[in-house]
Amino acid sequence: MIKKPETAAEMLLGDEAIALGAIHAGISGAFAYPGTPSTEIFEFVERQKHPDIAARWSTNEKVAFEEALGMSYAGKRALVSMKHVGLNVAADAFVNSGITGVTGGLVLAVADDPGMHSSQNEQDSRYYAHFAMIPCIEPSDQQQAYDLVRQAFDISERLALPVMIRIVTRLAHSRAVVRTSAPRPQNPLKPSESRSWILLPSIARDGYRRLVEKQKEVKAALAEVQCCRRHGVEKGPLGIICTGIAWNYLKECFGEGEEMPPTLHVFGYPVCENELEELLASVDEVLLLEDGYPFLEDKLRGYPTRGRMKVHGRFDGTVPRTGELTPDIVLGALNRTGHETPPPSGPLAPRPPALCSGCPHADAFEAMKVALKPFGGGRVFADIGCYTLGALPPYEAIHSCVDMGASISMAIGAARAGLSPAVAVIGDSTFVHSGMTGLMDAILEDTPVTLVILDNSTVGMTGGQKTAASGPNLEKLVKGLGVPEEHVRIVNPISRERDTITRVLNEEFEHQGVSVVIAARICIQEIKRVNKAKKAKKAEEEAK
Amino acid sequence: MKCDIILCGVGGQGILSIAALLDMVALKEGLHIKQAEVHGMAQRGGAVQSHLRLADEPIHSDLIPRGKADLILSVEPMEALRYLGHMKADGALVSSASPFVNIPDYPKIEKVLQSLRRVGNHVLVDTRALAREAGHPRTENTVMLGAATPFLPLPPERLKEELARAFESKGQRVIDANEKAFDLGREASLSRVG
Ligand SMILES: Cc1ncc(C[n+]2csc(CCOP(=O)(O)OP(=O)(O)O)c2C)c(N)n1
Ligand code: SF4
Repeated sequence: MIKKPETAAEMLLGDEAIALGAIHAGISGAFAYPGTPSTEIFEFVERQKHPDIAARWSTNEKVAFEEALGMSYAGKRALVSMKHVGLNVAADAFVNSGITGVTGGLVLAVADDPGMHSSQNEQDSRYYAHFAMIPCIEPSDQQQAYDLVRQAFDISERLALPVMIRIVTRLAHSRAVVRTSAPRPQNPLKPSESRSWILLPSIARDGYRRLVEKQKEVKAALAEVQCCRRHGVEKGPLGIICTGIAWNYLKECFGEGEEMPPTLHVFGYPVCENELEELLASVDEVLLLEDGYPFLEDKLRGYPTRGRMKVHGRFDGTVPRTGELTPDIVLGALNRTGHETPPPSGPLAPRPPALCSGCPHADAFEAMKVALKPFGGGRVFADIGCYTLGALPPYEAIHSCVDMGASISMAIGAARAGLSPAVAVIGDSTFVHSGMTGLMDAILEDTPVTLVILDNSTVGMTGGQKTAASGPNLEKLVKGLGVPEEHVRIVNPISRERDTITRVLNEEFEHQGVSVVIAARICIQEIKRVNKAKKAKKAEEEAK
Repeated sequence: MKCDIILCGVGGQGILSIAALLDMVALKEGLHIKQAEVHGMAQRGGAVQSHLRLADEPIHSDLIPRGKADLILSVEPMEALRYLGHMKADGALVSSASPFVNIPDYPKIEKVLQSLRRVGNHVLVDTRALAREAGHPRTENTVMLGAATPFLPLPPERLKEELARAFESKGQRVIDANEKAFDLGREASLSRVG
């Protein structure tokens, strides 16, 4: 049962509403790798310190998904959460989980980031759900997020399929009051007896056939939840189909008592065909409003409207083709004007995010720039984390950032093309997430690459989660993989050490084989967090 | 009743703490609330904003449409400029006049303040001086919270109580400084609004 007394109404982020919904739905474990905007889902579960809910950060999203799958195999309910690009990493497990099916309820909460507030792309996870033939539910507000998670677990157990909950940044990071319902108990331990988990071709063929046949039941289950809801007047020239949170923006455009065109609010996929046909039959043209890719719009352009009906949305420019949906864009798409006042002009400069003052990464970059000067500045393949900000002035010290782990692998490819020195920079968390495998390739070949691991003892970018390997553990890990001892160098990225770091780097650039330079100094924000926690602990003890 | 507020400033200035306080009091007052905030990359010293909507009826969008905000509450003057387009014609602008300069091309502060003064209903507060007077340089956001009170549908006493509660674990000295900062901000604002 729930330890902390959750009141019946709480002010929650969309992320937190999902987490609390899952706790009340009786999960036995939460699994995740951090990433904006999904981080707070796991963190909420972790904060509850529930004795019977396992909550530990995983080393990456694939691992998280597989751990959740293992819990489901054992009969218990599991919540796994990640950001949209995390699903690329977990895609192998995710797609196959539709074929194995699940035992205990398994819900994947994935947070997309339209507009790329904190991401390298704005991919739409609904395509993954469609691709894997796994049902997808897209809550439009915090209350729905809470309620639908419970229903997602029910559907998951009833159909023996994982269910995806897709949210976007604006819901993930917006708060509202959520009314909660009574928690239910967890499932007992009851490992699966089924051979469907063994994806040998002969078994997988059956599993896949079962998955295809199950689609009818998926539609029926979603229809029960009424994931396609009709609003507005009966008939009209223009119909509107809005998905997920686009519904809120649409409602915002219409005053109290004002008539809304025939509207279909879709928040479950595959979309309910009856409702869709009905709407299309009562309008001449249709406008699609989706926060994300034009997913439904693309389907509608082919079916069943082809040649019969104009479909407006992101493809014809009624809504911008890229970027986040906003209430202003929806107003514009409806040819309604906002209450816009011409903004008084004034001198404005952009204020991009930057490395904190005193950040260890800054000192590492300064030293690297000096070391690379003799090579005309060289090329530095970087990765994803706070240190990606090293791309901006005054550092301008890196030349690539593609996906987590790409630094080392790209450096290997460039080295094979003849680039020297081939330099890669990666953070400690990203290294364990997916840099280790690339390093293994370099070790096997003894590729002439220099990998700089920026060990700041934390996952800085996403707010300071526990990192998987740091300090002596990280050093042991690198040596254990097989990097020769004499080419594992530890330096302290602080300004007075700059000359030493530069010298070490130059020595390793000379080495015609793999080397790893670990620049180890704790993140400034992490120091603050540690001190704060210490103070709080002390105050607590004194109070006792 | 509805009150749409854009809270803005620079990551690390405590915008989200103000938002959390307003949320808490609004919740206790039984209002409907939606509050969209920025996490992640932008918090790293970049421009940060939060859309806070309070009403006595259900609220739909998490975001405030342009030209509809009743109040722009900014802990940094240039950041206030960034969101003026969100304000409605008869809205209020309550901003700190103390620049936070962490970029090389920060415009001339006099020009920034001049532009802000062109807004009909504006209150500019010297938060740096008032925070110092309150006894803690990090209370600039609390000064601004106090300065916003004449424009909020929330009782100032409730906000002050909540403020004390929020800083409970930090000791009496911090509570006192914040309460003083709150009062100084409120006074500064009231004297302007008259
Ligand atoms: C596949 C994927 N998962 C998660 C993220 C979100 N994310 C970006 S950087 C990062 C980790 C950064 O940690 P670290 O490498 O230790 O660098 P630091 O930020 O501490 O400098 C995470 C989790 C992402 N961009 N892509
Ligand atoms: S959070 Fe830590 S690692 Fe990130 S920029 Fe700040 S000091 Fe550097």
